[in-house]
Amino acid sequence: MTDTQYLAPATLDEAVSAFAAANGAARILAGGTDLLVQIQAGVVKPGLIVDVKKIGELTSVEETVDGGFIVGAAVSGAKLEKHLNFAKAWPGALEGLNLIGSTQVQGRASFGGNLCNGSPAADSVPGLVAAGAVATIQGPNGRREMPVEDFPSGPGKTNLAPGEIVVSFTFPPRPPHSGDAYLRMIPRTEMDIAVVGCGVNLTMDGDTCTAARVAVGAVAPTVRRVPDAEAALIGSTLDDTAIEAAAAACRVACDPIDDKRGTIAYRTQVAGVLLKRTTAIAAERAKA
Amino acid sequence: MAKIHVTTTINGEPEEFLCDPAETMLDVLRNRLSLTGAKEGCATGDCGACSITLDGTLVCSCLMLAAEAEGHEIGTIEGMADGDHLHPLQQKFLEMAALQCGICTPGFLVAAKALLEENPDPTETEVRFWLAGNLCRCTGYDKIIRAVMDTAAEMREAAQ
Amino acid sequence: MNEMSNKWIGKRTIRPDGVDKVTGRAAFAADTTMPGMIWGKVLRSPHAHAIIKSIDTSKAEALPGVKAIVTAADIVDFPVDTPYPLGIQDMRWMCRNVMARERALWHGHAVAGVAAMTEAIAEEACALIEVDYEVLPFAIEIDDALAEDAPILHPWMEFDGKPSNIAGTLEHSKGDVEAGFAEADVIVEGEFTTRPVHQGYIEPHACLVSTAADGKMTIWSSSQGQFMVRAMTSLLTGIPQSDIRAIPAEIGGGFGGKTIIYLEPLAAVLSKKSGRPVKMAMTREEVMRASGPTSGSKSKIKIGARKDGSITAIEGLYWLQAGGLPGAPVRGAVGCALAPYDIPNGHTFGYDVVCNRSKVAAYRAPGAPIGAFGIECLLDELAEKLEMDPLDLRLKNAAKEGTKAVHGPTYPLMGYVESLEAAKVHDHYKAPLDRTKFQGRGVASGFWFNAGGESSAQVNITEDGNVVVTTGHPDIGGSRAGIANICAELLGIDYKRVSVLIGDTATIGFSNLTGGSRVLFASSMVVTESTNKVIRTLCELAAKIWDIDPDAVIWEDGEARPAGDNAGQFDPLSLEELASRANESGGPIGAGTQLNTTGAEGGFGTHICDVEVDTELGIVRVLRYTVLMDVGRAIHPAYVEGQMQGGAVQAIGWALNEEYVYDKNGRVDNPGFLDYRMPVASDLPMIDTFIIEVPNPKHPQGVRGVGEVPLVPGLSAVRNAVYDALGIRFNNLPLSPPRVLAGLGEMKQAAE
Repeated sequence: MTDTQYLAPATLDEAVSAFAAANGAARILAGGTDLLVQIQAGVVKPGLIVDVKKIGELTSVEETVDGGFIVGAAVSGAKLEKHLNFAKAWPGALEGLNLIGSTQVQGRASFGGNLCNGSPAADSVPGLVAAGAVATIQGPNGRREMPVEDFPSGPGKTNLAPGEIVVSFTFPPRPPHSGDAYLRMIPRTEMDIAVVGCGVNLTMDGDTCTAARVAVGAVAPTVRRVPDAEAALIGSTLDDTAIEAAAAACRVACDPIDDKRGTIAYRTQVAGVLLKRTTAIAAERAKA
Repeated sequence: MAKIHVTTTINGEPEEFLCDPAETMLDVLRNRLSLTGAKEGCATGDCGACSITLDGTLVCSCLMLAAEAEGHEIGTIEGMADGDHLHPLQQKFLEMAALQCGICTPGFLVAAKALLEENPDPTETEVRFWLAGNLCRCTGYDKIIRAVMDTAAEMREAAQ
Repeated sequence: MNEMSNKWIGKRTIRPDGVDKVTGRAAFAADTTMPGMIWGKVLRSPHAHAIIKSIDTSKAEALPGVKAIVTAADIVDFPVDTPYPLGIQDMRWMCRNVMARERALWHGHAVAGVAAMTEAIAEEACALIEVDYEVLPFAIEIDDALAEDAPILHPWMEFDGKPSNIAGTLEHSKGDVEAGFAEADVIVEGEFTTRPVHQGYIEPHACLVSTAADGKMTIWSSSQGQFMVRAMTSLLTGIPQSDIRAIPAEIGGGFGGKTIIYLEPLAAVLSKKSGRPVKMAMTREEVMRASGPTSGSKSKIKIGARKDGSITAIEGLYWLQAGGLPGAPVRGAVGCALAPYDIPNGHTFGYDVVCNRSKVAAYRAPGAPIGAFGIECLLDELAEKLEMDPLDLRLKNAAKEGTKAVHGPTYPLMGYVESLEAAKVHDHYKAPLDRTKFQGRGVASGFWFNAGGESSAQVNITEDGNVVVTTGHPDIGGSRAGIANICAELLGIDYKRVSVLIGDTATIGFSNLTGGSRVLFASSMVVTESTNKVIRTLCELAAKIWDIDPDAVIWEDGEARPAGDNAGQFDPLSLEELASRANESGGPIGAGTQLNTTGAEGGFGTHICDVEVDTELGIVRVLRYTVLMDVGRAIHPAYVEGQMQGGAVQAIGWALNEEYVYDKNGRVDNPGFLDYRMPVASDLPMIDTFIIEVPNPKHPQGVRGVGEVPLVPGLSAVRNAVYDALGIRFNNLPLSPPRVLAGLGEMKQAAE
């Protein structure tokens, strides 16, 4: 006999109250593409499901005056890709979101859900980290912000405090000549969980890279920024030596496991390959 | 455990039902509304046999709570034909033998219809990637892809 | 053989059941409901290998909403010392397959079942059943099952005089292979492995069973044989066959995996005990863990040939996993492996090895892809050593009409050579490859026995002059369309006037399984005979009306006509007119035929595959694929092509990414479509087909079976293409990216 209850509050305050009051027995429902699978598998038996899709802040996409974006945490990939300015500014972050699962899954899956599910292989997270996205969080103690890179704390775990809900993601204004990209290695062409994921965000000044953020996924207990890879790229002309150094740094940053999706050796090698390919795409986009 | 009363629209018709809070839209369609066109192939969103549209967006009904249908519009395979007039995709699937056992067919048709509504002129690659979430084990996809592309061409012509 | 006017045969007509399938109206087993229906669920073993000491169902029975429980005590026992064959199965294993008896032999083995008012209650009740297990060590891989200290699954099973996990062996021999190898100028050998794979049907097993108060039972189920369902349910429950009506629902894929039953006997017991219709459906996870995926395998192959390419000897040694109960498809492996070749000396030997995974069921040419894999790979190697084109090597040794195959038969007229010759001149074979992108091309051939077997058909003329054909085999590939084509052709009427239905055990005569590439072959024979009987009746009726001799009447284009001017001047009588006057003939116009059809001969095919390898990531992509096959006669070309394309894609999946992964507790680690990686639409190119028609002289329309051969050559075609692309001979499937990258790494290291 299921004891689960369902609530679809119209305001964020209601959602936070209900979520917090459930004392850990509640789950947030955005797209449901992880939650329903976990309920079906018996892995999760929530006493309360809080559907956040009626809350304006979580389902809207805003362009800020300074050229940044605020993307509601529950906005689906299918909806976000119709926002042409966002797609133009952050194609890498967007492609990470829209690589999750299938067209059907992309009709529902969201940045918020993907991040909060806490999978080290989450497709949208390396792109969010590379973008420098900052999450706005609302909880029983009010509102705060947390950079996405500080979010994951372990497989399936986040640094959210009890009762906190992710509201939106703020993307900073784009300096000119910036570009981002996300690539993943999967055995098929679609549908698989990333064996390795890589997000790269670059700003170029002519042929010189003036800023870089690099994140790798599925190769450690959490998505990781790779500062050494960034350092190798910044100031370089993205020549072979710099790229190889960045790739090596990515390989070093790996701390993967052997599982049904990949081996340690394989993932480590692939991380380096993806860094090169992702950087090339990001650079092309930056120069365009 | 109290059931939730849901008011929604399915294939253009107003519909009401009672469901458990954690019941999926797929289970409600099949077990409460007798709309068995959507199929359960996996219940984990990996096969697309349960495909429906939610306010026109293609989704897996196994990954949606029935309670979420409140106030929204659901589209299923049962709404694709207009009385005894088949949708061009349905007709083309028959003409080109784009089905063998037929279990995946409703999912493919709903998905393909959503594709052509968003992109009336897809390339073969675009069709294949859009439909990657619909598994077929019988056909090897060849005739399905051809049927979708041919229908797209016919529908574009008819629109002119 | 009749010369056909080809009005419908060979045409791409719309299948009679098609509109239902594209509108969602078609009723698959899980779509059926009955008033008062309750739900059944199965409790499954959490251990890969354990003795079942006791089962206590009292707490489950006490749960409100629970209506019935089923355990092994309710299933008829077939003692292990008394073989009891039923078709291709043995009831000793079937009774233990549907429910564990002495031991749970795999993780997920059914141990008990519950029927309750809701699925949730049934599941909760299952969790309340207490089973006392004595957990035993398990062995899943062949090497583990054959090791010195291997856990023995069946204490009574012995081989070579001692307890063993070898359930049996099978062997074929021709000539003297040792002498043959001695004559060879070149010898190639290799060891090969394939991982276990699943048929991958999208529709999980499901059934609805309703039992009346007097015990009479109706079963709707997803199955490849309603007569098998009836027979097995009867044997396993003790209820007489005459009290069981088995109705085949539309089936959502089978590929052999639904030629046995899992749920029906459980639902039958639960329905009888509860007095309610009981619906049971497997979840995808249950399908992957507890239905019948095929064997993983090991093989050792050796081929010897002279410099001119003529093969002097082939030896193949095979080990196939049976799963927890005997019955690996050794016959297919050892029988089909050498079948395409005319060789003087051949020897195949296969072992049926039990191990702690679910009992295998048939999968599209069971055993043959495994049998062919190593052979076709080594032929590639031989061709290279001899500097011969691989198709030419096969042509040099190709079986033809009159060849005595190693597995026994002497071949009648068939089109294997044609498939090779067609491949040689096909555009695909000449298309340029971009070697800078690590593209490569591979070819392979294959064979499957095909089957005839029992079939029944009833052809009835309706009062309004149209036709209802009832046949006995579930339609998994569009066979209704082919049957309609044939019947319309024979009667000379528009095919839309022919309705084709699949009968159930109460409404049609005994018909054997849908499988063995036999449905169209067998059903068209009995439909042809029935239709011809109907035509005779119609002609006799016309003769009566005209008062002439029945031999003076012919049937043409949907009408009875006088045979010639001598017969008399009469206006033709149409089918509609004659139907309206049926009472004058002495009865309704219809005929039935029941036959054990024969004359099905083996099928042969050749595949060409192009791949491209991303050598930094180890990913193999198929760029182009062509299936060339002798189908005898393509009654409905589109559905014939469909079989060729579907089988090829299953082979691609088997070769590239599909495999069962087990965790350290012997549990399937990837029991879902996320991590059991079947090809998706974006993974593939179009699959080209080339239909060859060398009509089967033993069939009225020349039909040969087409369903199974298309899977057989694919494993090697892909692997040989990868060799051509990379220069690496991968002998172990699947060619998943980590394995390919590791192979590339080894090659690089070896080069350094």
